Amino acid sequence: MELFLHQLLAGIATGGIYACMALAVVMIYQSIDHFNFAQGEMAMFSTYIAWQLLAWGFPYWIAFAFTIVISFIAGVVIERALFKPIRNAPVLSHIIVFIAMFSILNSIAGFIWEHTIKSFPSPFPSQPLFNNRLIGAHDLGMIAVTLILLVLLYVLFRHTRLGLAMRAAAANPDSARLVGIRVGWMVALGWGLAAAIGAVAGMMIAPVVFLEPNMMLGILLYGLAGAVVGGLTSPVGAVLGGFAVGIVENLAGTFVPVIGKELKLTIALVLIVAVLMVKPSGLFGRTAVSRV
Amino acid sequence: MSANLSVRGLKAYYGQTRALHGIDLDLKEGGITALLGANGAGKTTVLRAICSMIRSEGEILLDGKPIVGLAVEDVVRLRVAHVPEGRGTFVRLTVEENLFLGAMIRTDRAEIARDIDRVYAHFPRLKERRHQQAGTLSGGEQQMLAVGRALMLRPRIMLLDEPSFGLAPLLVAEVFEILKAVNRADRVSVLLVEQNASLALALADHAYLIETGRIVMSGSTPEIGADESIRRAYLGY
Repeated sequence: MELFLHQLLAGIATGGIYACMALAVVMIYQSIDHFNFAQGEMAMFSTYIAWQLLAWGFPYWIAFAFTIVISFIAGVVIERALFKPIRNAPVLSHIIVFIAMFSILNSIAGFIWEHTIKSFPSPFPSQPLFNNRLIGAHDLGMIAVTLILLVLLYVLFRHTRLGLAMRAAAANPDSARLVGIRVGWMVALGWGLAAAIGAVAGMMIAPVVFLEPNMMLGILLYGLAGAVVGGLTSPVGAVLGGFAVGIVENLAGTFVPVIGKELKLTIALVLIVAVLMVKPSGLFGRTAVSRV
Repeated sequence: MSANLSVRGLKAYYGQTRALHGIDLDLKEGGITALLGANGAGKTTVLRAICSMIRSEGEILLDGKPIVGLAVEDVVRLRVAHVPEGRGTFVRLTVEENLFLGAMIRTDRAEIARDIDRVYAHFPRLKERRHQQAGTLSGGEQQMLAVGRALMLRPRIMLLDEPSFGLAPLLVAEVFEILKAVNRADRVSVLLVEQNASLALALADHAYLIETGRIVMSGSTPEIGADESIRRAYLGY
């Protein structure tokens, strides 16, 4: 029982990170209808920026905040510079640019910071809180940070005019323009937010997986699995999907002997395929209905 | 009376295809102007061109200021409200969120809240359904919502694209009554596109007839309505 609880909590902790990546992916998917393959590399790059700031001697939470701001601005700039010009281009053009961004960010990170694995500090104490034996302090901190982030986003989207404008722009761009919303900037803002969320996810998971240019590849796959399980059209679904993937991955890795550590990543892919076969729009997604 | 929107030699394009071939049209301040014509004559295109949704050439003056070439969002900031074909409802959002969106460019929070109450006073049914998803409303209720959303802008000019479309006659009468009341109370100038000519002629004080992208006739509504040959040829009743 204790092992089960332990694994469940660890699953929730990493699940929160997958949920963040899933949310970042869905946020961009909702406004431009494409899946950002480079989301993980953007998060990895943000984490390197945080590492650099820490190496220059900034205190952890200052570096944390700076990294979020820098990532947000970078996300906006990427949208304005790369994706605004190809807004009406076919799907393949988007995919090519995503792949290019993926490999460019990956190479530049390797070029600047080298490919050797670096350790990344955790802001949380190394001893478990309250002497509990179930969950480490970093896992607990990860859950807390994720929850704070999700609450902030919920408030932004549900209770502010800006959030309403962003939702309207994603749902119905033509009508949004007719009430005066600058739809292009709402898309850019969505990119900025997605980049900022990814930065948080990267900084939180880096102490666990260690910092290197390919660190986010697996994380993004899990995040994508979460997004697909929950439904690419539903932010709430994506978050729940992310948590579910984290829990399933951990429990299956522990209790199903065949799977173990080696096949854990495969679970994400099996989940994607299984959900797409049974319910193509995801568990919480909407089926697109259009009149012809 | 002075015109607060005047259109001269307006040409509009869908891609390479020209859909309007030089439209002249004036909106009288505080008046209701009807734009009548058959399917495909270019009525909707005129509205789209006025708020920059499509590429156009020519001159559109709003209070003497040229607005051709502005972005849609900037035309809206000049208080031009467009109730588009198909109503443009944000179906996944609630009724009240739809209304708030109509006031997106305004910052006067207290006044926005007042205007929401005013819309609810006009359309009590919307108030009953304020927290419902707008997509669950009936066609008539969605039309009311579209008009309400446009009113939230505190528009100087309202462009209405077939507000009677798909509505039961009783509802149409209700919507038109409210349009008339708003027009009188707020001195909003209305440009009304309608296929239902008799309805439009009853509401408007001035009318234009459009055929394949050209204005073929204009005049006060009593004149147009009284002319037997116009009625037969263009209005079909």
